Amino acid sequence: MSQVNRISGGQIDRGTELKFRFNGKWMTGHPGDTLASALIANGQKLVGRSFKYHRPRGIFTAGPEEPNALVELRDKAHREPNTRATMVELFDGLWATSQNHRGSLEHDLLAVNDWFAPFLSAGFYYKTFMWPKAFWEKVYEPIIRSAAGLGRLSMQDDPDTYDKGFLHCDLLVIGSGPSGLTAALVAARSGARVILADEDFRMGGRLNSETLDLGGMPGSDWAAQAVSELSGMDNVRLMSRTAVYGAYDHGIYGALERCTDHLASSDGKPRQILWRIYSKRAVLAAGSTERPIAFANNDRPGLMLAGAVRSYVNRFGVTPAEDVAVFTNNDDGWRTAKDLAEKGVHVAAIIDTRDRAPLFSLPDARIHMGAAVRDTVGRKGMKSAILTNGQVIPCGALAVSGGWNPNVHLTCHQRGKPVWRDDICAFVPGNALPVGMVVAGAANGQMTLAAALNEGADAARKQLEELGVVAAEYDPPQAEDEPRECAAFWHLANDKKRAWLDLQNDVTVKDVKIANAEGYRSVELLKRYTTLGMATDQGKTSNIAGLAVLAEESGKTIPEVGTTIFRPPYTPVPIGALAGRSRGKDFRPYRLTPSHRWAEAHGASFVEVGNWLRAEWYTQPGEKGWRDSVDREARMTRQSVGICDVTTLGKIDIQGRDAGAFLDKVYSNTFSTLPVGKVRYGLMLREDGMCYDDGTTARLGDTHYVMTTTTANAVLVYRRLEFARQCLWPDMDVHLISVTDGWAQFAVAGPNSRALLRKIVDQEHDISNDAFPFMACGEITACGGVPARLFRISFSGELAYEIAVPSRYGNAMVAALMAAGQEFNAVPYGTEALGVMRIEKGHCTGNELNGQTTAHSIGLGKMVSQKKECIGNVLSQRHALIAEDVERLVGLRPVDRGRGLIAGSHFIAKGASKKMANDQGWITSVAYSPNLGHSIGLGFLKRGHERMGEIVRAVSPIHGTEMDVEIVSAHFVDPDGERLRG
Amino acid sequence: MLIDHPLLGPRDAAEFVYLGDACLIDRPDWTADDAMERFHDYGYVRDNPADEHRELWFHEQGDRSWLVVTRNVSTHEILRVELARDVALERGQDG
Repeated sequence: MSQVNRISGGQIDRGTELKFRFNGKWMTGHPGDTLASALIANGQKLVGRSFKYHRPRGIFTAGPEEPNALVELRDKAHREPNTRATMVELFDGLWATSQNHRGSLEHDLLAVNDWFAPFLSAGFYYKTFMWPKAFWEKVYEPIIRSAAGLGRLSMQDDPDTYDKGFLHCDLLVIGSGPSGLTAALVAARSGARVILADEDFRMGGRLNSETLDLGGMPGSDWAAQAVSELSGMDNVRLMSRTAVYGAYDHGIYGALERCTDHLASSDGKPRQILWRIYSKRAVLAAGSTERPIAFANNDRPGLMLAGAVRSYVNRFGVTPAEDVAVFTNNDDGWRTAKDLAEKGVHVAAIIDTRDRAPLFSLPDARIHMGAAVRDTVGRKGMKSAILTNGQVIPCGALAVSGGWNPNVHLTCHQRGKPVWRDDICAFVPGNALPVGMVVAGAANGQMTLAAALNEGADAARKQLEELGVVAAEYDPPQAEDEPRECAAFWHLANDKKRAWLDLQNDVTVKDVKIANAEGYRSVELLKRYTTLGMATDQGKTSNIAGLAVLAEESGKTIPEVGTTIFRPPYTPVPIGALAGRSRGKDFRPYRLTPSHRWAEAHGASFVEVGNWLRAEWYTQPGEKGWRDSVDREARMTRQSVGICDVTTLGKIDIQGRDAGAFLDKVYSNTFSTLPVGKVRYGLMLREDGMCYDDGTTARLGDTHYVMTTTTANAVLVYRRLEFARQCLWPDMDVHLISVTDGWAQFAVAGPNSRALLRKIVDQEHDISNDAFPFMACGEITACGGVPARLFRISFSGELAYEIAVPSRYGNAMVAALMAAGQEFNAVPYGTEALGVMRIEKGHCTGNELNGQTTAHSIGLGKMVSQKKECIGNVLSQRHALIAEDVERLVGLRPVDRGRGLIAGSHFIAKGASKKMANDQGWITSVAYSPNLGHSIGLGFLKRGHERMGEIVRAVSPIHGTEMDVEIVSAHFVDPDGERLRG
Repeated sequence: MLIDHPLLGPRDAAEFVYLGDACLIDRPDWTADDAMERFHDYGYVRDNPADEHRELWFHEQGDRSWLVVTRNVSTHEILRVELARDVALERGQDG
């Protein structure tokens, strides 16, 4: 196919030919073309199928408002559905396919929907697919699902990369049409830091599409000159291909820059960048969008907005057909006829709804005043237009203008409401604009060129004044105020045939009437019931006519009906751009422990704990499953010695004269009395009296403590301590810093732990039982002078220590510990063995401290001091929390020792029926104890502390299990704690 | 949103963590006869104003200051930003 519709002129590079494929067919175009203009050049009228009725559709606009020409771009993993052909810059090798058809574009099998149209009107989902009920899931939904949607996803990972960026400026100018350019010129020449953004690849806005003269030269030349001046200035950043899609609080704007979409390959560069622009002031010069008029069969390929026809003729040097008719309710539509005629395209007719004198006459063009198009002919391409006066106008394309709507979107993103102006029959920005924004030009209802140029310059001056910048002298170029009179003519009533309002969603005049008749009279309900104004174009061409029909039907005016709320984004933003680099594991990066590399090299499997990766067990040769490894690690630790990386526990350094008094406030028990060189277990409550966190805190000096928190709560506890310090007890002399990442810490547990550490800790430090008893701590040196801290604390219940060294020594320390432990058959153990041993000792972790439990229920009620002020102690005494019959922590073992307990099972008294009313508690933690040879568990049972030896039923309806369980002490191993003191 | 930190100047709201009503600074006296009642109200009872609201923000990705931000929650206009510690000291909170 050749470029049959290519005409003279335009801002394209005719010296270079670009080849592209549409539905597998090779075509050609030129640099400067969009995919849409190139398709028109090649005579491709039919480009897609409509959403619901699968009607043949063609290109309707020349900009971001395009409802019809949605295509799939590129191939395989790069495939991108629902791309507006009007926004796609042509490049050599571009591959595009039409979408939303079964079979070929020309012979779409689902076009049968068009015949069923009477059944598919507004709300048909809710009315049609009701009975029989069972059909919904099995029949209706699968059919609808397979028919619904437009383009197809590739279902593969997006191979492109996306970035995020941040920009700052004095003045952000949105839109590079006449008012945007004068605003940018004034601000730039005054020395302000300016960003000028436009979503088009060529700056100039409508100046590139019109033939209006400006300062004695064509508008597009003037625009190019202005852009050239701006591009040479250091205080200006020009951002073409950048859509400002949202106005957020305090002068922050969201913008999407399409960096490589116009290239065959991204070549490793980010495809798009999502910018967050911090502006002190902004000028919105977003222009306006033309709207159609609704009449029967107004969705034929070849029917196009009149301003879009001018874009194609003037900017791209293509015509939609050899003979074009123009249908308008305003003066602006006439310019389309004039521009077509000047390019030698035959204007078949000008039809104007207004009963007035013609603006001008054209040879060969029939002029019909006070008439309208009432129907069209030509299923896959316009053949003729039928007028209200009975005339039939043969034409290959019909240019329609229903007037222009200012692009108020960004003025409404902070809930501003647009206001109606009768003189231009359109909504303009209201008074409640986003902070720092001024609107100029067509976006503000200044529909003529001279007015737009002046208002742009004025807007910049106003903003500069507020910024305290002296505005440079600037006179906008001479231009005319072209005639822009417009009539409020929205649609032609026709009860028999469908007249489209929303082309993308197949919403017709009749649908709006049905919605109103059925009571969906709020404009927000109308939108949801009919889908008017939804999807990729968000009703940019359809909303106002929809409101007009609703107003007519409900006997209101358009401003009384009002608009739906405008929300960001103004144009679609790909999820990939919103995600940026935060994809896959980069969305939530891992934190690695200091011994991670060592663990990897020694057979560790890892588990995610918060953001951390922790070793869960170390597989030895010959071990068949995880239980083999875990059992061995737990057994060997209790028999000899085991080593575990516990760096992930939160560590908070607390210093100051009031450090001890401060800890008394945040812990339920007392720390000011703790001697230097000692460690104490601490329990933290929430202010509502429930358990929050626990850990050990060591006193290293008079004014120096080091707190540990659980891994999961490290960040939250730190935040809470800062709150207590700054907001609750600001007089205290105490300072905090998180040192979680500063220290690598290892538990060394088991009867041989002291003997092992004796080989690590430098000789001058006495760690004998007398000199360094249970709960001692101290600053020491290890391995010949490495600064270290030693704590004699035990989570496993064995004789145990934790040794901390600066993180950079962590990997070396674990290797040194294992080397020193060789003679004792030391084992590294992971989080699973750690869990087994803590359950054997009845220690609580997150399973038990889950926000539902109190100090009283875990058996530590006496730790909540009522003699001092501390967070949570008042509300911890609420009657229901300390009543005798609340659930209490117990140990559990199955009566049939061969069975395994199931966490989450609930307790039912023997003989009672399995219902909620008889629920007596639940199992929180279970493990197989290799030291006892059977399953053990922890749980909460009503009055559990009084029920030792009782047998209850543990029931899990989810697993379908039931078993008899014996209630025992939670201290399964060494209940008197002799080992850890030994 | 931008929060004008009293020490650091304007910072993006993304650097902060939000807590809630600044009345959390006014922690009740635990020795009062009706301490239980007061702590109940402190923990659970909040006003829900439509416009001006004093609230606590924590500069977690910054200098770790707790701030009292007076914000119009309808328009997001920020009217005043103070260091929470200064506010607490003024109210005579003590250890």
